[in-house]
Amino acid sequence: MQMLNIIKKSPYETSSLSNCLKYIKTGDVILFTEDGIYAAKKGGMFEKFVSDVSQTCSIYYLFPDTEARGIKSDEIISIAKPVDYQGFVALVANSSKSITW
Amino acid sequence: MKFGILIKESPYNFQAFDTAYNFVKAAIEMGHEIIGIFFYDDAVYAGNKYLEPPQGDRNIKSYMDDLKSRGVRLVVCVAAGKRRGLTQDTVSESAEISGLGQLLELSIESDRLVTF
Amino acid sequence: MEDQKSKAKIMFLCKTAPYGTIYEQEVIEAMIMFSSYEQDIRVAFIGDGVFSLKKGQNPSLINIKNFAQTYLVLIDDFEVSHLYVEKESLDERGMKEEDLLTEVEVLQRADLISKIDEMKVVLPF
Repeated sequence: MQMLNIIKKSPYETSSLSNCLKYIKTGDVILFTEDGIYAAKKGGMFEKFVSDVSQTCSIYYLFPDTEARGIKSDEIISIAKPVDYQGFVALVANSSKSITW
Repeated sequence: MKFGILIKESPYNFQAFDTAYNFVKAAIEMGHEIIGIFFYDDAVYAGNKYLEPPQGDRNIKSYMDDLKSRGVRLVVCVAAGKRRGLTQDTVSESAEISGLGQLLELSIESDRLVTF
Repeated sequence: MEDQKSKAKIMFLCKTAPYGTIYEQEVIEAMIMFSSYEQDIRVAFIGDGVFSLKKGQNPSLINIKNFAQTYLVLIDDFEVSHLYVEKESLDERGMKEEDLLTEVEVLQRADLISKIDEMKVVLPF
């Protein structure tokens, strides 16, 4: 069963994203929350890494966190899907476990 | 489904408490059960009964009371708490002070444990 | 076997270096407590977490307790039989197996991923 990987720190400041990418398996899920959402911003230096991993994993972002930061949906890489808190809960429920990196 | 929640980060340095709070409310609305929130590391500060934020600030204490009123058990780690001045006398009414055994229990009893 | 099955598999995933934050000190307290309850407890050191096992730590000059010694106690006196260190994280940081303060299982990342996969709960620190 898929594992949920939660990234809540900015990839510009911590190794949360890079650690996650080292451990993620095909079929796993990534959810960007809090400052982690900057990883999924178009034109940023991590866009490529997120696009690459999206070939084998599904990518979500917590919409209230992008909205709060003035990052509009069209500024987030298009492969990433928005979820609200209920969507976050559903991702946890549908995964065997979660790791917060 | 039964969820256990671990919060590790300080409510006055990070967004972790807020995200957990919103997550827990959503989970309850969806009919899930939150079997407990364990506060560890600097997250224990959320259980301080003397928190007095300025008017208009987010109010951690009232969020804690709200969670409690929704039937959520709020457990502040005794070891991490003591170190930071949180004891039976200083912990808020909505929270309880207990040992790390409670975190182990959440790990065992929950269907999913989520760390914030 | 029956007994083995009923134990919850819980992994502490230590990814933070010692001393600069409180995480190592407090995660050790959690490890000690968890290990006294006869569950299947694993500890994995990845990323900067591998620095926690560096030989020769002497934090007396910064007035902090030497937590590293606790790992020896954990291995000897408690039921934490599985301490894993990730080979790639050691390599990236110019560390070798001989630099570690005790004998632990050095695992390739791929093997550690399979271990993580078996766990019920992963607690990141």
